[in-house]
Order: sequence, then C-alpha cells, then structure tokens
Amino acid sequence: MGKIVSFMTRTRAGKGQMDWTDWLTYGYLCMGILLMFGPVVWLVLSSFKTEADLQRFPPRLLPYAQETVEVEGYDEPLALFDIVGGDHEGRKLALIRRVGLVAQMIDPAAPDERLRVNVADWQPIERVSLAVENYTLLFERFNFLRFLWNSTFITVMATAIMLLVNSMAAFALSKYKFRGRTTVLILVIGTLMIPQTVVLVPLFLITRELGMLNSLWGVIIPGAATPTGVFLLRQYMITIPDEILDAARMDKASEWKIFWRIILPLSAPAIAVLAILAIMWRWNDFLWPLIVLSETENFTLQLALNSFQGEMSTQWSNLLAMTVLTLLPIALVFMFLQKYIATGIASTGGK
Amino acid sequence: MASIQLKDVRKSYGAAEVIKGVDLDVKHGEFCVFVGPSGCGKSTLLRMISGLEEITGGEIAIGGEVVNNIAAADRGLAMVFQSYALYPHMTVRQNLSFGLENINTPKAEIAEKIGSVAKMLQIDQLLERRPKDLSGGQRQRVAIGRAVVREPRVFLFDEPLSNLDAELRVDMRGEIAALHRRLGNTMIYVTHDQVEAMTMADKIAVLRLGEVEQFGAPLELYNRPRNLFVAGFIGSPKMNFLAGRIDEGDRGVLVLPTGERVAIPEDGFGHRPGQEVTLGIRPSEMQPAADGPVTIEVRSVEQLGGESYLYGVMNDGTKVTVHSPGQTGVRIGETIALGLPPTRIHLFDTQGGLSLRAD
Repeated sequence: MGKIVSFMTRTRAGKGQMDWTDWLTYGYLCMGILLMFGPVVWLVLSSFKTEADLQRFPPRLLPYAQETVEVEGYDEPLALFDIVGGDHEGRKLALIRRVGLVAQMIDPAAPDERLRVNVADWQPIERVSLAVENYTLLFERFNFLRFLWNSTFITVMATAIMLLVNSMAAFALSKYKFRGRTTVLILVIGTLMIPQTVVLVPLFLITRELGMLNSLWGVIIPGAATPTGVFLLRQYMITIPDEILDAARMDKASEWKIFWRIILPLSAPAIAVLAILAIMWRWNDFLWPLIVLSETENFTLQLALNSFQGEMSTQWSNLLAMTVLTLLPIALVFMFLQKYIATGIASTGGK
Repeated sequence: MASIQLKDVRKSYGAAEVIKGVDLDVKHGEFCVFVGPSGCGKSTLLRMISGLEEITGGEIAIGGEVVNNIAAADRGLAMVFQSYALYPHMTVRQNLSFGLENINTPKAEIAEKIGSVAKMLQIDQLLERRPKDLSGGQRQRVAIGRAVVREPRVFLFDEPLSNLDAELRVDMRGEIAALHRRLGNTMIYVTHDQVEAMTMADKIAVLRLGEVEQFGAPLELYNRPRNLFVAGFIGSPKMNFLAGRIDEGDRGVLVLPTGERVAIPEDGFGHRPGQEVTLGIRPSEMQPAADGPVTIEVRSVEQLGGESYLYGVMNDGTKVTVHSPGQTGVRIGETIALGLPPTRIHLFDTQGGLSLRAD
C-alpha cells in the first residue's frame, strides 16, 4: 500500500517537492479525470435522485431525500420541516396538506393539534439518501431482465458468429492463393466506403423477406461479417509464417484443424481486440435494432432506454437508473479485456 | 522401402521455369544432399517432393508409387524447416504430439514415443517449455524430434542448420548424421554449404538454375567433377582455373595467355591440339616449386598455424589460391613458381565447360 502511495505521488523534483512540470502533469491528469469521469459520476449520482430532486434548480451534486416521520392516524409518512419564522419558530413540524401559501402541519409529538404555517417560514429537513426505488422499479414495473437477456443474447451470439465468420474469411484471404483473392479483398474493404445508412433500406427489405423482422436473429445475422474485422484479422494472420502451416500439413492436420488449432490460437491477440470492439458495437447498437424490433418484449436495453423518453414527458429517474445498469456490463468487459487491447493493437500494427 | 525417383520433374511459375527437368534416383536408406547456390531451386525441389509445392510436369515416385496427386500429409514424409516452424503456442510436448494426435494414435503410445524420442535427442528436460524459451540448438532438436516421432518413411531437411552459429552447426551436423545411421531412413537434405554436403551425404546432387549438374558420391564429385560449375562449387577453397590453349604441335602442353607452358597428361582426356581448354587444379595440389611452370605474385597470406593459404595473381590477372600444410615462409609481394602435378590436373572444354575426362 505504502509502495502504491509513494508511486502515485512521485514527483520530478522528488522528496515531496513539486517542480513546475509536476504541476503541469498533475493538472493535466486531473483535468483528464474530470473530463472522463465527471459525466459518469454525475450520471450515477443522479440516478439515485428522486424525480423531484432531479427537477430541482440549481441541481445539487448529492442525492437528497426529505426527512419523513410516521404519525399515528396517517397512512403515509409525513414530510418534516424546520420552522424558521412565524409563531412556531424553532419547532419541527410534519406536513399534512398544503393549500396555496398556507400549510396544515402537526407536531409529531402532539399529533392531535393542527397548526397553520406560512410556507415562507418553513425549511425542508433533508438528508443524503439514495433513491433505490429508481432501480427496484425497473425490475418491478418494467421488464428489465427481459431487455437485459435480449441485449446479452444478441451481443454474445453476434460476437461469436462474427468472430467465426470473420476469422475464416481472414484465414482464406491471408493464407490461400486463389484466383481473384485481391478482388475479393478489395470488395470487402470497399464496403467500408458505403455508409450504413445507405444500405439500411435494402437490408431491411432482405431481413423482412427472410422473415426475421421482430426476431433477435434479425439483429444478429445482418452484422455477422464486418469488413473491419476481416481486414484486421487478415493483417494479423499474414504475419503468421507459412512454414508453420506447412509443418502442420506435414503433420497430417486437416485444413480445418490448421484453422482451429494453429491459426486461431496464434491470432488470439487480434481476435481479442475484435471481440472487445464487437461487444461494444453490439451492446450499444441502436439504429438497427430499432428498425428490426418493434415488439416491446424483443427490445434491447438501448431500445428500452429510448422508450422511457416519451413525447410528452420523460421519466428521468428510471431512465438514468437504467442507463447505469446498461453501462455496467460493458464497463466490466472493458476492465477485464483492456490489457488485450493494448497488446493486440500493438502487435497488429506491425512486425 | 522408401526409395525416391524423380523423372523429368518440372516446375514453372507462369513463364519462369525454376526446375527444368530433374531426374534423380535416391535409393532406400541413402542420405542425399541437394546443394547449390541460392536460387538454384533446391528448396523448391524439396518442397515438390514433400507435396507442399505442386509440380508442373514429370513424375515423383516414393517407394515405387507415383505420388503426383497425393497430398503432402499422405506421402509418409516428415520435414524439418529452416525456421524450425515450431508451433509457438504449444509446449514442446504438444509440438511433438500434434502429428500423432492427427493420426489418432492412442494416448499411451504417444507418451511412450515422445519419451523415447525426447531421450534420444536430449530434450526430455524441455518438454513443458514453449519454443520461445528455447535456444536455437534446442529448437532445432525439437524440430527434428517432431519429424522423428512420427516415424516417417523419408526425412526432408530444408537448410536446418543455417540459423545456428558455427560451433553448434558442426555439432548438429554430427548428430543428424548419427541419427541417419541409427534410423536408417532415406533422408534428403538441402543446403547451400558444400562442407555440410561433403561431410554428411551418401550422394550429392549439385543443382544450378533448376538443373542437376551432377549426382554422385561426395568423393566422386570431388575427384571427377563433370563440369566447371561442379568443380568450382565442391571443395573449399575453390578449385583454381587456368584458361589456355593446347599447343598446336604437342597435346602434352597447355599454353597459358602469359606464355607459360604447362605439362598436361596426354592420356585420359579427350583434348585436341589447338583447343581452348581450362585447366583446373585444387589449391592443395599446387605447391611452390623452384622449377614450376607457373609464377604468381603473392597478394595475401593467411597463416592458420597448422595450414596456410597463399592468394596470388598471375601476370594476366588470373587469381590463384594455394593451400599448403604447415606454416609458410612466403611473404606478401614475393613472386613464386608453382608446380602442377600432371596427375592432379582436371581439364575442361572452355566452351560449354564440360570435363574432357575420357572415361
């Protein structure tokens, strides 16, 4: 622990002194943290705020909730106020109802006596509190688990199919010599130049003809082969020496076995990079699922998030809570796989 | 029986012909070396035998069976590659077992075979390591082990020692030769190093530009080279070549451009008076002699203690190397006369380069 602290607080001047470059570096790094983490922290904190707290202006950083008190004779807990002016100054009163500028309040200690208080004289008693109901409501009222399952299923299946298809294509394009190989490669890469929006309508028509509208497979299959993935893997596989494949052929390995036992393990860094990218693309994909999936029970998380945003009103509290839940899996995936990204990109770059 | 016959084997890439009709007959159990300068097609020829490279024409037979249309895997061969081509993600044990697993060998048998091969090649301590943790020599052993463990009919080696340092190369040379004696398989070995060829081979095929220049036992190639190329390629240092013309009146005399007259044997060679011929003689056969017919000016001297090399030029600029046993007193800049023992002389037709040897 001490080591970590001393490592984290190292300076150029050393011995706790700060050089001007230290100020600059730490300033830059802190700004980076603020820029990167600020919105996420704001999002997480806001997702624990009540709907009323979210509407408040100016906004506060921490989520607050009003102190309440159970009073005999009332079904709901009553909100507590400090009275700072008028006849009852200094007392803590609970609100029964409010009419215009005048509120009917009672003292929780003496619940029989009703008091009239001007609203200008009160101050709400608040404490930091997490509005967990934002989250529990997702499971109770909305079919969150269903959306989560849909998103997970699409992400996992699409990534797996995409890795398989792309790596097989890349293997063929990098290690087999056949007539038209360059043409195929150029065609594959050429599709990168066509914007997704241009093919949206034809893609929709094909998907409809195949009867895959409103099915999760309609989201999975059209994205099974990506030119980026084929190109990335091909560039990596080219660096695998042909002699290793020849050796495997002499070892009586079938071409399928060469792919499975030699090419795939040796391309692991590139495949890891592509897997991470694919998971992020799929998980965050919005437009295509929006087009294909029209029934709520097939919605992905992204579509469900969108449905919180109504034409007239938006349920910010639930929307924010769900956004946090949607972020979590992708953040976890990234945390566990990020070391492969660095090594993978470093090794796909050259050599 | 795993003899190998090549009949008029050809290979071309488009219009470029790289193997121009090779005929070879390697008998069962022979250690055959393909040697030649880089780009002569020796590796291509080996890959064609292995089945990794398709042939454009001709016929390859292994053990009497034509294998033109049989895939590399089914020819019953094993190959050791120049870069070793070990599977980098597998341990040494997995590298050795991969081929056996592919032919569905029972696990117990695999373990047993790996054990005995590893012991034989002294890699039994390395079985759980990965190739990147091994030295060059160890990788080479594993690569050979991977070939041996499958008990192939024929071993193919593609310049297996060229990535090793000089000392290790000599060691491994001996080990591969010993392996051949122990296993008795047919082996084909490709190298550009004629010393490797001379020391290991039963038969050497000298290749140049896709053609076999000569095929025979090492000493046969050394003593009776069929043409100028083989004469120059086999033997180190290189054979000395003195171009000249046979005397018009005397078949026993070669006149050099410098005017020097060299006595040559009248018998044994089919030379005519007045013919342009090239005389070849090994550096070790040319020795300083006071009455020698050829004089050179010494340009450089190498003293190795046990032997010495003199490098000189004749008057017309022809370079001559002399290899003499022991130490020499000759200094740089001296002019010395050299004796050419007639029995050690080779004669070649200057046009075409073929040997003029009569038998």
